[in-house]
Amino acid sequence: MSYLLNTPAQQSEMLDAIGVSSIDELFNTIPENFRLGRDLNLGDHVSEMELTAQIQQLARQNASSSSHVCLMGGGAYDHFIPAVVDEIASRGEYYTAYTPYQAEASQGSLQTFFEFQSLICALTGMDVANASLYEGGTSVSEAAFMAMRVTRRHKKVVVLESVHPEYRQTLQTYLQNLETELVVVPTPSGTVDLKQVAAVMDKETACLIVQQPNFFGSLEQAAELTRMAKEAGALSIVSVDPLSLGVLKRPGTYGADIVVAEGQGLGIPLQFGGPFLGILACDEKYVRRMPGRLIGKTTDSKGEDCYVLNLQAREQHIRRDKATSNICTNQGLMAIRATVYLSSMGPKGMQEAGKRSCQGAHYLVNQLKANGWKAPFAAPYFKECVLTPPASVSEVVTQAQEGGFLVGPVLDRFTDAFCEETQEQLQNSLLLAVTEKRTLEELDQLVGVLAS
Amino acid sequence: MRNQHSTRSIFDISRSGRRSTRFPEHPANPEMSSVEEAIPAEFLAEEMAPLPELAESDIVRHYVNLSTLNMSVDTHFYPLGSCTMKFNPKRHERLAGTPGLIDMHPYQTAETSQGMLKILFELQEMLAEIAGLPAVSLHPAAGAQGEFTALLTAAAYFRDKGENRTRVIFPSSAHGTNPASAALAGFECVQLKKSATGLVDIEELQAHLDDQTAVFMITNPNTIGMFEPEIGRISQMLHDVGGLVYIDGANMNAILGKTRPGDFGGDMMHYNVHKTFTGPHGAGGPGAGPIAVRDFLADYLPAPIVTKQRDESGNEVYGLSRPAKSIGQVRSFFGNVGILLRGYFYLKTLGAVGLREVSEQAVLNANYLLSQVKDFLPVPGGDVCMHEFVASASPVLKDRGISAMDIAKRLLDYGVHAPTVYFPLDVPEAMMMEPTETESKSTLDRYAALLRTIATEEDPEMVHSAPHTTPVCRPDEVKAARQPILKATLPATGVDEPTEEPLVTRSV
Repeated sequence: MSYLLNTPAQQSEMLDAIGVSSIDELFNTIPENFRLGRDLNLGDHVSEMELTAQIQQLARQNASSSSHVCLMGGGAYDHFIPAVVDEIASRGEYYTAYTPYQAEASQGSLQTFFEFQSLICALTGMDVANASLYEGGTSVSEAAFMAMRVTRRHKKVVVLESVHPEYRQTLQTYLQNLETELVVVPTPSGTVDLKQVAAVMDKETACLIVQQPNFFGSLEQAAELTRMAKEAGALSIVSVDPLSLGVLKRPGTYGADIVVAEGQGLGIPLQFGGPFLGILACDEKYVRRMPGRLIGKTTDSKGEDCYVLNLQAREQHIRRDKATSNICTNQGLMAIRATVYLSSMGPKGMQEAGKRSCQGAHYLVNQLKANGWKAPFAAPYFKECVLTPPASVSEVVTQAQEGGFLVGPVLDRFTDAFCEETQEQLQNSLLLAVTEKRTLEELDQLVGVLAS
Repeated sequence: MRNQHSTRSIFDISRSGRRSTRFPEHPANPEMSSVEEAIPAEFLAEEMAPLPELAESDIVRHYVNLSTLNMSVDTHFYPLGSCTMKFNPKRHERLAGTPGLIDMHPYQTAETSQGMLKILFELQEMLAEIAGLPAVSLHPAAGAQGEFTALLTAAAYFRDKGENRTRVIFPSSAHGTNPASAALAGFECVQLKKSATGLVDIEELQAHLDDQTAVFMITNPNTIGMFEPEIGRISQMLHDVGGLVYIDGANMNAILGKTRPGDFGGDMMHYNVHKTFTGPHGAGGPGAGPIAVRDFLADYLPAPIVTKQRDESGNEVYGLSRPAKSIGQVRSFFGNVGILLRGYFYLKTLGAVGLREVSEQAVLNANYLLSQVKDFLPVPGGDVCMHEFVASASPVLKDRGISAMDIAKRLLDYGVHAPTVYFPLDVPEAMMMEPTETESKSTLDRYAALLRTIATEEDPEMVHSAPHTTPVCRPDEVKAARQPILKATLPATGVDEPTEEPLVTRSV
C-alpha cells in the first residue's frame, strides 16, 4: 500500500534538478554510524481490503454499546448522537484543516469555534469559553493553574474527594514537580460536609474544586461551596456534566469563577476514552489568564465582520516558557462536534435529554432497591448512582454482560483514590448511569437479568 | 460553489419553536418519578439555557457553507511547515468508526476489550521499534502533552536517584511548546543563543551543562530542516553530566526507517500521530502524543500501559497495567484512542518498506522544492534539507518591500495555503515550507512558479493588499485583542425573530 504520487520518471527529473544521483544521497547528513542498515521490524504491509477484514474481526472480539446495552458511567457515557453531527464533522474541509493560523483561509473553522465558545457560554452561564482543551481531567488541572495565576497563591489547592478520581490523579501528576500542596477533603457520605471544607480553606488557598454532579452522581451544595471559596479569596472551580445543564442550575447563575467539563456527552463517541473534549469557561475578568485558544470577532480591511485567533500573547508559540499553558494541538474537531450537537439539541432538546436520563436513573435505582440492592449515599443524584448489589459485584457485572448489558465501573478499581472511610462505603459497589437512550423496556430487562 | 451569504451566526438564524432533535416520552409508568420529585428545587435550573432553536436543515446548510470557507488538505495544497499536512487515507477514517471500536466504554473489563487491547499493544511495539526506544506510553493527548509527560517521567527518575536537577535547555529555534512544557513541569528554562549555522552551538551548550542539567530538548532534524550532524557528541555531553536527551518528534516524517532517535542518542521522544501517521489535524486537533523512552525510564511512565501475557492454555491475553514507579496519569482514561487507531492503520498498510519510502519521498519533495526557490528566496540552512526547509523573504522585503506575510497572504489568492511564517524565530522573514510526500512534482512546480510570480509581481500593492479572493482580507488583530469579542450576542430565552435574513451580507 502506498500513498505516494511521483513516478520513477518524475523522481529522476527531480533528482537531476537537485543535482544528486540518488535519494540516498539526500540522507548523507545523517552520520553513517546512526543510519539504520536494515528494515524496521513492523511486519508486512497489508492491503486496504485485508486490513478492513482484520479490523472487523478484532472489533468483534470487543463488547461495545453496539453489541450491548450500555449503562456505564464514571465520566464517559453512551449518549445519543444525532446523525447531523457525524455528517458535519466528517467534512474534509473541517477535519483535514489545521489550526487557523491564516485567518483568511480558515473562516469556516474560526466562525465554528467562535460559535462553540458562544454555545458553551450559553450552556454554562459563563462570560467566556475557550476553543477547547484535551479532556475533562486536564481541564481541571488547567483551571487550577489558572486560579494560581489569578490569585497569585501557589501553595495550596483544595479538591473534594468526590471529584472524579482520575481528574484528581491528573491534577496530582500535574503538580508533582511543584511545591503546591493538594488538599483532598474526604466525602465518606458521598457529598462533602461543608464544615470540613471551611476548616481547610485559608488565605493561601488558590481554589476550591468541586464536581457537580460529583463522581458518584450526587449533587453537592455547589452554590454554597462557591460562596465559601469566594469568602476565602480563592476561586471556585466547578466541573460539570454538560448533559445535566438542561435540568440543573447553570454554574454561572450561582457565581462559579471557572467552569470546566468533560464534553464527551456532547456528540462525541466513547472511543475507549478519547479523543474527548475539555471545556473551560470563566468570568470575563480572568480572560487574559485563560489557557488555550480563543477565537475573537473583529473586522477586516474592508470593514467586514470576521474571526481570528485572539489574545495569542498568552500562548506558547509567542510567550514560550511564560505562556498560560503548553497546549498547541487542542480538540478542534471535537469542539465542532459539540457545536453541531448543541445546535441540534437546542434548549428543549437539552432539557429533554437531561430529564429522560434523570427519570430513567431514578426508575432503575428504585427497581433495583426493590430487588435488594442498596445505595450507600443518600444525597439527591442526577443520572448516575453508586449501588451495592446483594451478590458479589464482579459476578453481577458478568451476569449483566451475558445478558447483553454493560454496567460499571466497579469501584474497586479506584481503591487507592479514596480515604478508608469512603472506601468502606464503596465496598462491593459499582456505578450505574442511565442516559436518554435507555428505554423503559431495557431498564426492566436489566432488572430482570440481575434479579435472576 | 461557495455560498457567499452564509456568514451569519447560528444564533442569528435561530427561530423560536424550531426543533431538530426530539426524544420519545417515557411511557407513563406510575413508578417513574418526575425530575421535580427526584431532585430538590434548589438544584434545578429556573430557565432553559439560551441555546439557538434550529431545524436540521438550518444546521446542515449553515455548517456545510461555513466549511467551504476553509482551505484544507482535501481541497488545497497546504505546505504549512512543521505541521506535516499530508493526505489522510479515507479508509482509516471509516475503520476508526467501526462498531466495536468507536463505541467502547473506557471502563469495560479487559476481558471484553481484547480486540482493542491487541491493536494498542501492537501499536506500542511498532512505535518502540520506529523510535529505537523500548518502552512506550500511548497515554498523552497531544505532542505538547507528550513533552510534558516525558519531562515528568525524567523528573521522577532523577528524584528516585536522589538528584535535584532543575534545568531544561533548548535551542532558540525550539517549538514554543518545549519551553512551555518545561516550565509547566516545574523546570527552569535555559534557551541557547541563536547560532550562525542554525545548528546547536556545541561550545555554548557545554557552558550550560552541569549537575543541575536535567534534559536537553532538541528537534532532530531541527526546525530549519537540517539533521544535527553532531547529535552523537551532543548526546554524549548530556550523558557525561548525567542529563537526558529529549527528541521532539515533530519532524519524525523525515527519518522513518532511516535512523532512530534511540540510535543517535535520544533517551525520550514523543510522536505527533496526527502529523507523522495521518491522524487528520481536525482544524486544530485532536492529535495523540505517545512517548517512547529508554529502558531505565520505563518504570516511571504514566499509566496505563498495555501488557500481553499467556493464559494457562497458551492464549494471548491483553491487559492494562501501571508501571512500578509510575508518575500516574496525565489525563483521564486511556488516551486519544481514535487517533492512535488511525496511526495503527497507517503503519499496518505501509509496513517497513512503505514507511521508509514515506521519508524518502518527503525528503525528495522538500529538496526539489528547495532547488526551485533558493535563487530568489535564500535558504539559510543550505542547499540540502530533510523534509522541510526555511526560506527567507529578506531580500524581497529589502528590494521590493514585500514581506514573508505578504507572500503568504498572496498565495491564498492562488489557492495554496500559506507556509508557516515567522517561525523559527531566528530566521528573519522566515517561511517554513513542508510539501510532504503526498504531493506531486507538478504541484511543487506550480507552487514554486507562484512564489516566483509573487516575489516579482509588477504591482507590489497587489501583494501588500492581498488576499483579494478569500472570504475576508487581513483581519484587524489589534482591534480584536484590544476590544475582545469572544462570543455572539446570546438571545434572551424565548425571544423570537431578530431580523429577516438578508440575501447578501457580504460584499463580494
